Amino acid sequence: MKKTEKSRFSLYFLFSMIFIYSILFFINNSLFISSFNFLIKILMQIYWVFILVFVLMGFSNYFLTSGRIKEFLSKKPGKRSWFFSVLFGILSMGPIYMWYPFLADLKEKGMRDGLIACFLYNRAVKIPLLPLMFFYFGIKYVFILSFVMIFASIIQGFILEKIVGDKK
Amino acid sequence: MNKIFKNSFKKALVDILKSLPMIFGVVFLISLANSIIPKEFYLKIFQNNFLIDSFIGSFIGSISFGTPMTSYILGGELLSQGVSLIAVTAFLVSWVTVGLIQFPAEAVMLGKKFAITRNLLSFIFAIIVAILTVLIWSIF
Repeated sequence: MKKTEKSRFSLYFLFSMIFIYSILFFINNSLFISSFNFLIKILMQIYWVFILVFVLMGFSNYFLTSGRIKEFLSKKPGKRSWFFSVLFGILSMGPIYMWYPFLADLKEKGMRDGLIACFLYNRAVKIPLLPLMFFYFGIKYVFILSFVMIFASIIQGFILEKIVGDKK
Repeated sequence: MNKIFKNSFKKALVDILKSLPMIFGVVFLISLANSIIPKEFYLKIFQNNFLIDSFIGSFIGSISFGTPMTSYILGGELLSQGVSLIAVTAFLVSWVTVGLIQFPAEAVMLGKKFAITRNLLSFIFAIIVAILTVLIWSIF
């Protein structure tokens, strides 16, 4: 799905929900009120997290550019490259499809498939979004999940290389 | 330098604003579902079997899409509805690591074999990661 299609879909989705709520307001007012109250409750609980996420995303955009990542991943072979794949996977921002051309370019320059898989897997561990995760799941859980995922990303990278048969 | 700094925050704001329609849409949907669907429904789907629950969680996360923010909100609410932590963890992990929607783009850019293998492995790993995480979490 292209970026514009995705944005359009998001808007259609939101408008559909508003439309459903509007109908509910007239045909089932009690259901509308209970749903709307719950909606306000969720929004009141999470609004401050978005402010924090915005600040962290801003700093992340400032300090980390795709150019800087490219410089590291294409020049550091061996065990250190796994470390940088994990690190830059975690620090990378934006939608996943924005990173495909960048990774395809690195692949052409000799980056191993396992490292690409490792990079993509670690995009699931997002530092700017940690406040939201802490809020819902607790600090202990988030740290354990992050460490297990980092470990899993490296294992997955090795297995993928065995299957795809890429040993550059 | 000042301009780059400003642009970084401008980009962050644009990214958040772009994700808001989907997030609001999901919050609307969750609120409605919360009022309509009884808690017993979730408890019927997820049977407190760690393998089946993680498989179902991973499957639902794989076919869903959106920003990770959306998955956290959805996962958090599922948890409060009584869904097991293993299922929710598998759901969260597969939401981000399995990209069925982005699969065509990934296959074209990084190779079909790579994309198929990576997505299949990510699905399986979502189950393994969920079980391991909850196991460690319950020990500490």
